[in-house]
Amino acid sequence: MARNDKRGPATDDTTGHEWDGIREFNNPLPRWWVLTFYATVVWAIVYWVFMPAWPGLTGYTKGLRNHSERANVAADIARLEAARGASIKRLAAVTRVEEVENDPDLLQFTLAAGASIFGDNCATCHGSGGQGFPGYPNLNDDSWLWGGSFADIKQTIRYGIRSGHEKAHVSVMQAFGRDGLLPPETISDLVAHVIRLSGGEADAAAAARAAPVFQQQCAACHGPAGKGDPLQGAPDLTDAIWLYGGDRKSIHTTLTNGRAGVMPAWEGRLTQDQITALAVYVHDLGGGQ
Amino acid sequence: MAASDLHHAEQRGGDVMLLAAGLFVGVLSAVFTAARTADPLMSAHAMMFLAAFVAGAFALAQYVSTPREAGPYDFGVVRAGVIASVFWGLAGFLVGVIIAAQLAFPNLFYFPDLPWSSFGRLRPLHTSAVVFAFGGNVLIATSFYVVQRTCRARLFGGVAPWFVFWGYNLFIVIAATGYLMGVTQSKEYAEPEWYADLWLTIVWVVYLVVFLGTVLKRKEPHIYVANWFYLAFIVTIAMLHIVNNLAIPVSIVGSKSYSLFAGVQDALTQWWYGHNAVGFFLTAGFLAIMYYFIPKRAERPVYSYRLSIVHFWSLIFIYIWAGPHHLHYTALPEWAQTLGMTFSIMLWMPSWGGMINGLMTLSGAWDKLRTDPVLRMMVVSVAFYGMSTFEGPLMSVRAVNSLSHYTDWTIGHVHSGALGWVGYVSFGALYCLTQWLWNRKRLYSNALVEWHFWISTIGIVLYIAAMWVSGVMQGLMWRAYDQFGFLESSFVETVAAMHPYYVIRMCGGLLFLTGALIMTYNLWRTARGDVREKERAQGGALAPAPAE
Repeated sequence: MARNDKRGPATDDTTGHEWDGIREFNNPLPRWWVLTFYATVVWAIVYWVFMPAWPGLTGYTKGLRNHSERANVAADIARLEAARGASIKRLAAVTRVEEVENDPDLLQFTLAAGASIFGDNCATCHGSGGQGFPGYPNLNDDSWLWGGSFADIKQTIRYGIRSGHEKAHVSVMQAFGRDGLLPPETISDLVAHVIRLSGGEADAAAAARAAPVFQQQCAACHGPAGKGDPLQGAPDLTDAIWLYGGDRKSIHTTLTNGRAGVMPAWEGRLTQDQITALAVYVHDLGGGQ
Repeated sequence: MAASDLHHAEQRGGDVMLLAAGLFVGVLSAVFTAARTADPLMSAHAMMFLAAFVAGAFALAQYVSTPREAGPYDFGVVRAGVIASVFWGLAGFLVGVIIAAQLAFPNLFYFPDLPWSSFGRLRPLHTSAVVFAFGGNVLIATSFYVVQRTCRARLFGGVAPWFVFWGYNLFIVIAATGYLMGVTQSKEYAEPEWYADLWLTIVWVVYLVVFLGTVLKRKEPHIYVANWFYLAFIVTIAMLHIVNNLAIPVSIVGSKSYSLFAGVQDALTQWWYGHNAVGFFLTAGFLAIMYYFIPKRAERPVYSYRLSIVHFWSLIFIYIWAGPHHLHYTALPEWAQTLGMTFSIMLWMPSWGGMINGLMTLSGAWDKLRTDPVLRMMVVSVAFYGMSTFEGPLMSVRAVNSLSHYTDWTIGHVHSGALGWVGYVSFGALYCLTQWLWNRKRLYSNALVEWHFWISTIGIVLYIAAMWVSGVMQGLMWRAYDQFGFLESSFVETVAAMHPYYVIRMCGGLLFLTGALIMTYNLWRTARGDVREKERAQGGALAPAPAE
């Protein structure tokens, strides 16, 4: 537009070079640009004077402030530990869950600690609310594989289940089908029997056929009435709570291939205070005994 | 012109012989590797190299037996580069949308039976496809165009530019298939293994020879500013690539290698490389594009020659120091962090020098932004450049970095540069080049460029706004403690909180991809010589004179 052309610099202000029709003005450097550039340089030099900056042969310039991020991190951690301090010490001495539950301040502290530890260590498998997933127990209900008392929970957290730790809980659910312990038709009958144990709908005749097999093969761990045994980690089969699913197909898979879920041992990864806090937290999720 | 032809004819024999010998050696080593390797991944790549070298031999025979392109310039390889750029752009944007979808809906887009489809393999495929495949092809194509036009000289090296084009794209294919198969040396933006790196080194040195040779035989007394930037890009990338990829292969016929560096030295070398890949590949290289295409399209002189010198040298000197800002609050000694941070701050104005020169070149021609959507795209690109080069120094400040580091803020920052700056200036150049190289008076449709511009811009804004919010939120959630001194949120809670922003980001990416598809259609019709029916009447007033 003509208006703009008048305002723009005249063409003879260019450097006189031309490349493929492109010419160049030689406008001076914008003043604000130069000044800002200088300001950043000055700022950098001042920063170097005060902060660790330039390496030498044997060390580096420490700067007037003697600043150290490592020291800052150590101080931050110390501050956090101080904030947790008194309560953590009390937690270390806890042996019974009531000691925590009867002290509202300590309980609040412990649940906050437990929730934080649970979220970053346990939620991956058990869900962020401890609701569980197939193969990973729900921690909110009162059905416990290895016992739901404070001491039981703590024991399970410390050493895990089939974790390889020498004190870990270990139990074996046989692979009745895969290992040829029972013929396929007996397994189908057993499935019906197990479904009926928890009040489900299944072929009564088949279930009746499997009753003696159940007593023979299953009752040793799950009990004659299928009520389970926390000492052996054998689930209650009558409560309609299923770790691996209670439908025909899932139960059939369980009977055929067995099950052997793993929970890691947390001793060595978490401190004793953290394990205690976690045990209190899990105990208080709803189902603690 | 006659002299140039003569010169070219003289060297023709030599370059063909050299390439033929190279292909022969290539075939032998590929056969040897394929025969001796026990590594199925290496075997697959040896076969690909073999196929490429054999195809190269046929192409060379074809090249020798066909008459050379008439005219003073060698534009065939630039046309090929335009096509490759568009292809890789679409591929890279598509993979970006896919991995954005994987992050937004991890359960839906997770296929454990297809290991190549996992995020860990597709993510480097995306970054390499957009940066090296799309960006690299744009840089090579535009540099071959610009250096010829501004030096008034045909490309040096006879068949060598074609070798650079095909060799570079072979590297891309090797890199990309490697990622999918699980070949990686685990260095971000430098994932390809040692043999791919060696191949790229050969290609890159030839690229330097072609570029430098063309500059040396120029018929202009001075070297245009765009060529300084291209040269800085080519030389520095060679240096970065070689040093960061120094490694010892486990076996000469195996794909795995181990870096020469370890621990924090490795980290620093990696980020010296990584940051300067941003500085010299994505900044210097694309500033070169800006310095040619904006004044050319706007038909205005560059704003300031003086500024271009000062900001060029200050950018070159300062950028190379900035890498350590990627390693704040790590095992990297604090003094090195300080240097990285302070040099990043000092880098602010040198970066903005390019923005000023780009924007102010429009003075006297601002009205063209209204009528020429291609020029507008490039100017908006410069604005995004200004924004990211302000955000970058800001994020390099240690205190800011303590919030932003490892969060999506970084991803947003990268994409305002990548989509806004690199993407838009490339699109601008591709619109110009298609029109000029296929000798069309105008684009098929300016209206479609408008659609491309607005759809993509909305996409970019959605993308970076979502990442700002999610990044800052992430940073705050990670550092929040409750009154008892315990972390407020578990990590998985911070991930869950990102969900809505990841969905928005995916939509932004989808819009950007849509824009690029519109561009592809428009470029294809332009190359065919079509003009959209409705726009035929308006004539070609917007188009600058064709290149010849």
